[in-house]
Amino acid sequence: MEALHDFGLLVGSLLGSTLRGATPLILCALAGCLAERSGVVDLGLEGKMLLSAFAAASVAAATGAWVPAMMVAMALAVSMSMVQGWGCVSHRGDQVVMGMALTMTAAGLTVVLGAAWFGLGGQTPQIAESARLTGWFTSDAQLVQGVPVVGPVLGLGLLGHNGLVYLALLCVVLVWALLFHTRLGLRLRAVGENPLMVDAAGVSVQGLRYRALALNGLLSGLAGSYLVLALNANFIPHMTAGRGYMALAALIFGKWNPVGAMAACLLFGFLDALAIRLQGAPWPEALGGGTVPVQAIQALPYLLTVVLLAGFIGRARAPAALGVPYLKER
Amino acid sequence: MNPTLPRWIDLGLLPVLNLAMALVAAAVVVWAIGLEPLGVLGLLIKGAWGSPAGLSYTLYYATTFVFTGLAVAVAFHAGLFNIGGEGQATIGGLGTGLVALAALHLTPGLPAAVLVPAMVLGAMLLGAAWAAVPGALQAWRGSHVVITTIMFNFLAAALMGYLLVEVLKEPVTMDLQSRAFEPAARMPAVHEVLQAVGVDWPATPLNLSVVLAALALVAVGWLLWRSRTGFALRASGHAPAAALYAGVDLKRQVMAAMVVSGALAGLVGVNEIAGVHQRLLPDFVAGAGFAGIAVSLIGRNHPVGIGLAALLFGTLYQGGAELAFEVPGFSRDMVFTLQGLIVLFAGALSTVLVGPLASLHQWLRRGPRDGAWAERA
Amino acid sequence: MTDAATPLAVHMVGISKHFGAVQANRAVDLGVQAGTVHGIVGENGAGKSTLMSILYGFYQADEGRIEIDGRAVRIRDSREAMALGIGMVHQHFMLVDTMSALDNVLLGAEPDWRLGAAREVLAGRLNTLMEQTGLSVRLDVMVEDLPVGERQRLEILKALVRGARVLILDEPTAVLTPDETSALFAALRGLCERGATVLLITHKLKEILALCDRVTVMRGGEVVLEREIAHTSVDDLAQAMVGRRVAAGRRMPSSEEQRPAAALQPALLKAQGLRWTDAFGVARLDEVSLELRPGEIVGVAGVTGNGQTELLEVLSGLKVPHSGTLVLAGDTFVPSAWLSPALARQRRLAHVPEDRLHRALVLPFAAWESAVLGYQGWRRYGRWAWMNRRAMRQATLDMLQAYDVRPRKPELRSSKFSGGNQQKLVLAREAQAQPSVLLVGQPTRGVDIGAIEFIHARLRAHRDAGGAVLVVSSELDEILAISDRVLVMNAGRVAGELPIEECEVAALGRLMGGAAH
Repeated sequence: MEALHDFGLLVGSLLGSTLRGATPLILCALAGCLAERSGVVDLGLEGKMLLSAFAAASVAAATGAWVPAMMVAMALAVSMSMVQGWGCVSHRGDQVVMGMALTMTAAGLTVVLGAAWFGLGGQTPQIAESARLTGWFTSDAQLVQGVPVVGPVLGLGLLGHNGLVYLALLCVVLVWALLFHTRLGLRLRAVGENPLMVDAAGVSVQGLRYRALALNGLLSGLAGSYLVLALNANFIPHMTAGRGYMALAALIFGKWNPVGAMAACLLFGFLDALAIRLQGAPWPEALGGGTVPVQAIQALPYLLTVVLLAGFIGRARAPAALGVPYLKER
Repeated sequence: MNPTLPRWIDLGLLPVLNLAMALVAAAVVVWAIGLEPLGVLGLLIKGAWGSPAGLSYTLYYATTFVFTGLAVAVAFHAGLFNIGGEGQATIGGLGTGLVALAALHLTPGLPAAVLVPAMVLGAMLLGAAWAAVPGALQAWRGSHVVITTIMFNFLAAALMGYLLVEVLKEPVTMDLQSRAFEPAARMPAVHEVLQAVGVDWPATPLNLSVVLAALALVAVGWLLWRSRTGFALRASGHAPAAALYAGVDLKRQVMAAMVVSGALAGLVGVNEIAGVHQRLLPDFVAGAGFAGIAVSLIGRNHPVGIGLAALLFGTLYQGGAELAFEVPGFSRDMVFTLQGLIVLFAGALSTVLVGPLASLHQWLRRGPRDGAWAERA
Repeated sequence: MTDAATPLAVHMVGISKHFGAVQANRAVDLGVQAGTVHGIVGENGAGKSTLMSILYGFYQADEGRIEIDGRAVRIRDSREAMALGIGMVHQHFMLVDTMSALDNVLLGAEPDWRLGAAREVLAGRLNTLMEQTGLSVRLDVMVEDLPVGERQRLEILKALVRGARVLILDEPTAVLTPDETSALFAALRGLCERGATVLLITHKLKEILALCDRVTVMRGGEVVLEREIAHTSVDDLAQAMVGRRVAAGRRMPSSEEQRPAAALQPALLKAQGLRWTDAFGVARLDEVSLELRPGEIVGVAGVTGNGQTELLEVLSGLKVPHSGTLVLAGDTFVPSAWLSPALARQRRLAHVPEDRLHRALVLPFAAWESAVLGYQGWRRYGRWAWMNRRAMRQATLDMLQAYDVRPRKPELRSSKFSGGNQQKLVLAREAQAQPSVLLVGQPTRGVDIGAIEFIHARLRAHRDAGGAVLVVSSELDEILAISDRVLVMNAGRVAGELPIEECEVAALGRLMGGAAH
């Protein structure tokens, strides 16, 4: 019975870590999903997340409240998406290069400004409790803890997370509904496959792509905010640590479908949580001894994506017009 | 290549304009953090070129950027975007290190004349191999090389991390590094060479890899424009239909481009591992792969441009390091910001300027009185 | 029939349109009565596509006016055209493969922002429409799983659901099997009975006779014939389409000319039963056989899109046919081991591609680099990996000289040369290799008059020296001017073969229009 309960505790805590770790990935993957479905490659997710994290941390440190922090963060991320739009949609610049440019600039700029404004070598000061996102359903979580086995799974795993975690999951549903059950979603999907057809049908290709990018900005702004208002308590240089690219990998692994992407993010989040837990754990002598090779677990998301892209575990069909700037003929 | 612009604008004026715009944007940031842009620029140049030590450091950084810049350029000429320079450089360094460590364990005492070329070869081979896999996936499975090379960057970091922690770790210390190489397994430092011929020169990381870099610039120039391989490569990058017509095997070109590209990136390992550290370390590449993208973009994918751009970036990195010491409030990250801005203006937004420049050029050539201003092509 | 007092559904009056120096339409009048099918016939470049593009709002006419149902209108873009009830079914379908047929119709005309409701409403409308017109399409199937004929019906439904009363169809049967064609025609007839008006652009004469009520024949941008179908015949149409022109520089070969007796010598190239089907299962090459003998120029006539491109690609090694054989220089090639461009050159077969800008040349390359395209690996140009640039430049200069290409600058970028000079350079390059068989696609497209003469003279010279030339051209004048023998292609088949002496214009027109004798 003890063992079962311990198992429940393990599952619960893993589930909890997974959800907390996957949240920024999910938000970014959804952002990427909207942009890429409309035909715009988004390699700037990392940069948008970074800049919005910095903005949220700075504003939260200055005002002590998370609402303005989040607003500013989202606004900045949307601005970056608009720059992407201007350069790539209106002016047909290379989308890959644009994404890299935004990420590289954001990476440098956040540290420069942070060091100049706060004098802590690029970090921002710790955010006051009032500005941090609090957990929801915490009292229910306490109540449920007592129940054998299932209790800790629910209590540690599903309840007690901050609002953004639940919001991220809600966003999955919202984006899915948008893409597959609304007029805008139909048009967004079409413009990523055959923009000529959409143009001929009398709908503006540019307008659709800009709209997708705007939503993309909002979601990546949320992801950045999450990092400093919930996961950490301040901004640390380069804190995104490749999450933007991992989100892109999850999107591809999820075959450009919001629900698939969420599943991939949860998987990648789980692998991350597992890697942390197994750090330093002993590896069986029979297999060579030493410690668990956590790097292998950390590499799995990227490896899986490559395998998928190579077509070895099913086909990943990108939107047909992805990455191709639209040239209005005639 | 922009067919609407004459060559001298496309290759000469446009990159200068793009650079100027990036510098202006960076100046705004510098001003925003309370520093004086022109003063900062002056100090930066002085730090990079004002002393033998500074100059040496500049050249040492430039060496790495030549390698990663050429890597991006070669792939670009074949129509591919190789973002995996970071990972290929890491694995190239691994190659260098493996050769040295293998020699240390298995055949100690080999002379430098054997070890150094072997290390160079090891770097090139492993770097090439790391790029060959994404290349093969693109050629035969249609997997987009941009995404796969990004993934391979992370895989390289993970692999290097694993090897350093589990396999190659120096047993004595807690630091994450491998055993030191033999003294002979080392790319000679320039100041030592100069000492040998009686010239006094301060000790810096600048090593003979800089000669390799110069050779690489010439070799890539030769490859692209004077060899059959280069001809086929460029044809397949510009016009795949014409290349097919000319009997070129497009898949082979993709592989060739990626292999050469990876080998060039791998040479970073020679500069850093064989030239400076003489042991394997994590993260010795430190973003040089991405800097290579900026170098290639502003160098217009041409060896001459890349050589100049690499010097420019070497200047920025060294000057930036000096500034970080001297000017409170300035850090190396300002250089990274400028790097990003260069990629933005020279890469992503370069098409924005082309139209107006072409119109201006036409207008200036024809003269306003012709009324040709109204006639747009 | 219709009352003479009823206004015409479509009335285009005095339409003129030029693109640069080319007059695509010249004072064209077109009157179409409601409830009829009106055919517009012509060769490539006759002006029919331009005329319909003006009607659909893609272009603005320089002169003339358009009246719909008697009201003068301005059509500035396709949205205005659609609003006026004009719908167009393009040759290349505008569909999203990964979405269902229903969603494709829905896009841009959604009655509700909620897809579920929108789909229901539209499905209802479509089902009614399908019942009324007899055009059936499976609405829930993804477009990529629909056969071509069904996709086309989908395009028609798309136009109808948006209220199209005038339907323009651009070469609709190019991708259809004969059965699908009959089904389409039945459906179109049905639409007309219910008051719709159909404009059919085609070059297929039999279809005109089978389906249309009236026909307009265009040639060189002008209307040359306009008649009721009942009062015309295939011969009339063929004659009008092709015309009794006096081609510039056309000469009928005279018996005094010294030509090697072609028929007696063994064939340099022999193709048998070539067959190539595209992704939709349509046979673009349908059992094509031909022979090329030394000392002859064989011209391939026909409207573009009838298999000529595929023929050149298969013969030059760019495409592998699905069945058939090729005998070249003593070697036999079968689909499992077909010719490749490199092999072809080794066997002394040279190819001047139709697509000059993207296949024959690499535009950003310097002239000397384009001048060795395909031959860059040859011994004379260097050993191993090294390119002997001096030899290449010299060879280029020789080529520029021999073919009078201006300017004589091997360093100049290929894109900077005029069309005529580019073509001469390509021809010079292929001739340099001293091939025995020369395949040429559209030798004088986009080329100025002086260069045309030069190129034709060169082709004749090659023939006179004992080589064989296969010329594909959409300009019948050109074919008649230089060929010894003419093959006419239609729908992927060789519709007919005639020696030049028997090339009488009406017969050629019939063959090109797909109506055999």
